[in-house]
Amino acid sequence: MKTRFDLGFWLVLVAIAVIAFPPILGQNAALREKTFTILLAIVMASSLNIIMGYTGYVSFGHVVFYGLGGYMGMYLVDNFAAPLPLAVLAGGIISGALAFLLGKAILRLRGAYFALVTIGINEAVRTFVSNFQPFGAATGIELQFAVYKPYGGPAQALWFVYYSVVGLAIFGVVFSYWLKKSKFGLALMTIREDEDAAEVLGIFTPDAKTWAFVFSAILPGMLGALFFFKNGNVEPSDAFRLGFSIESLVMIMLGGQGTVLGPILGALSYQQLRGALLTSDIVIGAFPLKDFQLVISGVLLLLIVLFIPSGFVGWLRQRIPQLRRVLE
Amino acid sequence: MTILLSVQGVTKRFGGLQALTRVTFDLPQGQILGLIGPNGAGKTTLFNTINGVYVPDEGRTMFRGKDVTGKKSYELSRMGMARTHQIVRPLNDLTVLENVMAGACFGRENHPLDAAEKIAKEVLSFVGLNARSSQLAGSLNVAQKKRLEMARALAAKPYLLLLDEVLAGLNPSEIDGMVQTVLNIREQGITIIMIEHVMKAVMNVSDRIIVLDYGHQIAEGSPEEVVNNPKVVEAYLGDTRMVKHLVREA
Ligand SMILES: Nc1ncnc2c1ncn2[C@@H]1O[C@H](COP(=O)(O)OP(=O)(O)OP(=O)(O)O)[C@@H](O)[C@H]1O
Ligand SMILES: [Mg+2]
Repeated sequence: MKTRFDLGFWLVLVAIAVIAFPPILGQNAALREKTFTILLAIVMASSLNIIMGYTGYVSFGHVVFYGLGGYMGMYLVDNFAAPLPLAVLAGGIISGALAFLLGKAILRLRGAYFALVTIGINEAVRTFVSNFQPFGAATGIELQFAVYKPYGGPAQALWFVYYSVVGLAIFGVVFSYWLKKSKFGLALMTIREDEDAAEVLGIFTPDAKTWAFVFSAILPGMLGALFFFKNGNVEPSDAFRLGFSIESLVMIMLGGQGTVLGPILGALSYQQLRGALLTSDIVIGAFPLKDFQLVISGVLLLLIVLFIPSGFVGWLRQRIPQLRRVLE
Repeated sequence: MTILLSVQGVTKRFGGLQALTRVTFDLPQGQILGLIGPNGAGKTTLFNTINGVYVPDEGRTMFRGKDVTGKKSYELSRMGMARTHQIVRPLNDLTVLENVMAGACFGRENHPLDAAEKIAKEVLSFVGLNARSSQLAGSLNVAQKKRLEMARALAAKPYLLLLDEVLAGLNPSEIDGMVQTVLNIREQGITIIMIEHVMKAVMNVSDRIIVLDYGHQIAEGSPEEVVNNPKVVEAYLGDTRMVKHLVREA
């Protein structure tokens, strides 16, 4: 553990660079849009991984942090013409604060009870926002065209947003890596392996779990602010879409929960698959199948749980113990 | 002699079941206290109430001069209490080294990772597991897992070590090795309470013995006093093999 930033660290950084730089190098807008969704998924999955993969608590309604952060950012941009970095920061803060307030209360629950309660919280926040006038209630918030002016117009704003998400992704995976290698990370993994034993060993589990939850909520909040700014409008049904939670979960399971590289590879491959499905216009009967990717998610999840419960990276680590030092 | 731990009238009920009834004793620093009794006597429950897994329904526990009744197990760990579990609880997906580091990181001395790693390595060679340190804990056999439990507890550098049947399931040569380890731990000045069914070992090692039966403290004293106590023989009467053991070893 002495060499904290070793080969495994550079590997995850290179992975992000290889994904993120092609659109920048080629100044290719179409590729940028595709890569944006991949990076978005990476940030979401890596964050969820902190509470789910490191700590062992499945936060099923994790999209609540994304949605709330998105609303917060949009509110500030729309009403106070806040600059994007500030809006993004505010999105992170409000989501972290919500996680902090909820943490102590709901992280007492273990297993399925915790997962269920997080879904309930997402629904509750969605209902609240749908009736909350400052956030535009049911219609949400729509940005004026003028807000993109300071960035050199909408086209340039899109690049600015892209650079920002690249920054979040790099920060996200570096933080994820650092956390895993830290003393706090060891506490979280001890809790995951055996929470009662962790207490006997001297880990202040309520605090540790709460902070893990906060850390896993901040980046989704920032991400939400970024995404909805780019999107130009936010509505309750988009912001708090449970499907996004489930998809992030599938990405983590696919790549390998509890690893740093897993959520990156999982997000990448899931988004590729999803892109392929969306462009192939699946039609069943006379109806185009809306949200078909969720069907795939479900099937994929089932297959992973049945056959490779530790995900791709986890499977590699088990098969080839020498890789354990490299694949974190 | 300073009293490290004082258990005063501790009572614990599970619904209608009286698992512990007014258990009372003082444990001087540096001693090994043997805790024996038939299955279901309440030995593990007593450990759980001492180290904060359960809160006693009545009574108090004092540790190093402070009333620690109702404190959480993580608080007690920081104060210098460590234990092993009767049913081993390895952190399966972490390496043996990481398991023991967790003990050093979050126990009494609350070390940073680097220092914890150093201590973990020392403790692992002390219990004879250093060859396994990069292996996953889940892949160890039972005897090794028992040693891992011990190493994890020791890495915390506790004042008081609670050992719950560390000899169970071990073969005779493994038992001899483990007994030697326990004696070496005492050499380091650590006070020990040891729950044990292997009578020969517990009789040899303990300075004092307490016998529990149905949650009652039915006897207490030196090993010789305890085996000659008619109440103890009676408590074990269902288990004639055990009585023979006790008598032979007295
Ligand atoms: N959490 C619990 N809930 C309900 N009953 C319990 C609980 N823990 C222990 N008991 C009961 O309390 C009694 C004492 O159990 P305990 O485990 O302390 O016995 P023990 O002396 O350690 O036995 P053994 O030698 O078999 O380990 C038993 O009857 C047991 O079934
Ligand atoms: Mg027991």
